[in-house]
Amino acid sequence: MEERVRVSNLNAYFGNTRALKDINIAIKAKIVTAIIGPSGCGKSTFIRCINRLHEVVPNTKVSGEVLLDGEDIYSPDVDPIEIRRKIGMVFQKPNPFPVLSIYDNVAAGLKLNGVKKKDYLDEIVEGSLRRAALWDEVKDKINASGVSLSGGQQQRLCIARCLAVKPEVLLFDEPCASLDPISTSKIEELILELKKYYTIVIVTHNMQQAARVSDHTAFFLLGEMIEFGKTQEIFTAPKDKRTEDYITGRFG
Amino acid sequence: MNTYKRRKIASKLMCAAAFLCAFLTLVPLISIFGYVFAKGIASINPDFFTNLPRPVGEPGGGMSNAIVGTLILIGLSCLWAIPLGIIGGIFLSEFGNNKLGTTVRFTADVLNGVPSIVIGIFAYTLFVLPMKSFSAISGAFALGMIMIPTIMRTTEEMLRMVPRTLREAALALGISQFRTTVSIVLRTALPGILTGILLAIARIAGETAPLLFTAFGNRFWHQSLTQPIAALPLQIFVYAISPFDDWRRQAWAGAFVLIVIIFLISFISRFVIGLHYKSPSSR
Repeated sequence: MEERVRVSNLNAYFGNTRALKDINIAIKAKIVTAIIGPSGCGKSTFIRCINRLHEVVPNTKVSGEVLLDGEDIYSPDVDPIEIRRKIGMVFQKPNPFPVLSIYDNVAAGLKLNGVKKKDYLDEIVEGSLRRAALWDEVKDKINASGVSLSGGQQQRLCIARCLAVKPEVLLFDEPCASLDPISTSKIEELILELKKYYTIVIVTHNMQQAARVSDHTAFFLLGEMIEFGKTQEIFTAPKDKRTEDYITGRFG
Repeated sequence: MNTYKRRKIASKLMCAAAFLCAFLTLVPLISIFGYVFAKGIASINPDFFTNLPRPVGEPGGGMSNAIVGTLILIGLSCLWAIPLGIIGGIFLSEFGNNKLGTTVRFTADVLNGVPSIVIGIFAYTLFVLPMKSFSAISGAFALGMIMIPTIMRTTEEMLRMVPRTLREAALALGISQFRTTVSIVLRTALPGILTGILLAIARIAGETAPLLFTAFGNRFWHQSLTQPIAALPLQIFVYAISPFDDWRRQAWAGAFVLIVIIFLISFISRFVIGLHYKSPSSR
């Protein structure tokens, strides 16, 4: 399997607090990699380092390497804007732009970067909404506000918004944390569909979810990566005692 | 059960007290509007809007020059105070978490508390003395100075209320910081910022003290923006303290027109913004 993202000796800081400690991980292309672990273990911080979003928070620092297709995204001549276009992100709470219509929410990444051609935008918007399994539900109210949708629809709108800028990697930061079970299962189906085209990393609190959607799983604890391997192996035969304790619900 | 009854009675009493206080705060507002309306409407006629003031003793005449003058002064003040205030507010909210930001914030708050007559003297020293003439631009300078802190601080507050997740969503799409700030953050906060601007306009529209030695007032049409210009509050002031009944009646009419102007500016801009933008909370 082709390798898409390689992280080596990654450390992340909030002020003087070291939130991630020497993380090493290789993320393979076109599969789903799940990051699990208790609250505050650095899962979200980790994926926010992959699209250079960690650094937009004041007083933060990153050291180490993150290679995207062999190139270090933290090298000084790399523009973080380019990186973020290649690596999309879906957040914990659906966050469509409240002042924009459904159409403009999806087109935002292109429009605000100067793309003006109407035909092209129409095509991308429809394609992205179709891929996010939302087109049929919104095609008749494409000019309604993005926040008029239900929570689950809003989250799929956010996914469509990501897809519109044609990323290679998709990062999901607990995408179902604020959704009901039906919306959750729709998002999970969608993730399984999307992995045909994209490399996916998903942070989740829900271990069943990790088991259902992912091929690889990494277990994080207190800023360290404890164990990383095939999901099946992590869940059935963990090598580390701490992973076993977490998975069997002894803490976390 | 006894405490439940007591709580119910206390709740009723507090509700009544809250309602009463809300009503009491409305009393002065309503009585001012009612009184100005009743007194002013009688002297409103087409002449009031089209004629210049007449000399004492000659009946009739109007405040056309003062109405236009006030609109020009408001326009000129907005022209420099709104961009400056908004951009300053963006600085405070997006880049102001440091010593410079704290200093600017403190200075703006102090400026907000400076008596308007002091700002008038400042504008007088800066514009009127070197130019050797009272002028519209010196008046607009003084009024703009009064607007800036209000606009800047409301812009800051409104931008801060835009959740960080929206900024991050935009940045994560590969949108530049500049575009994120202008097209997402500023746009989301626009109705709130507009409210701040309208409050500032409402305040300066009625300011008299800073105009006394800047715009100065003019009984005729102004010749240019570097010449003295009439303004409604000045005209109202002069007419209201005069011993002539006719002038005093016109002062009431002027006060009425001033309130209507402020109301119209506020109503029209809200309507225009409402056409292009629907606030998320109204849905």
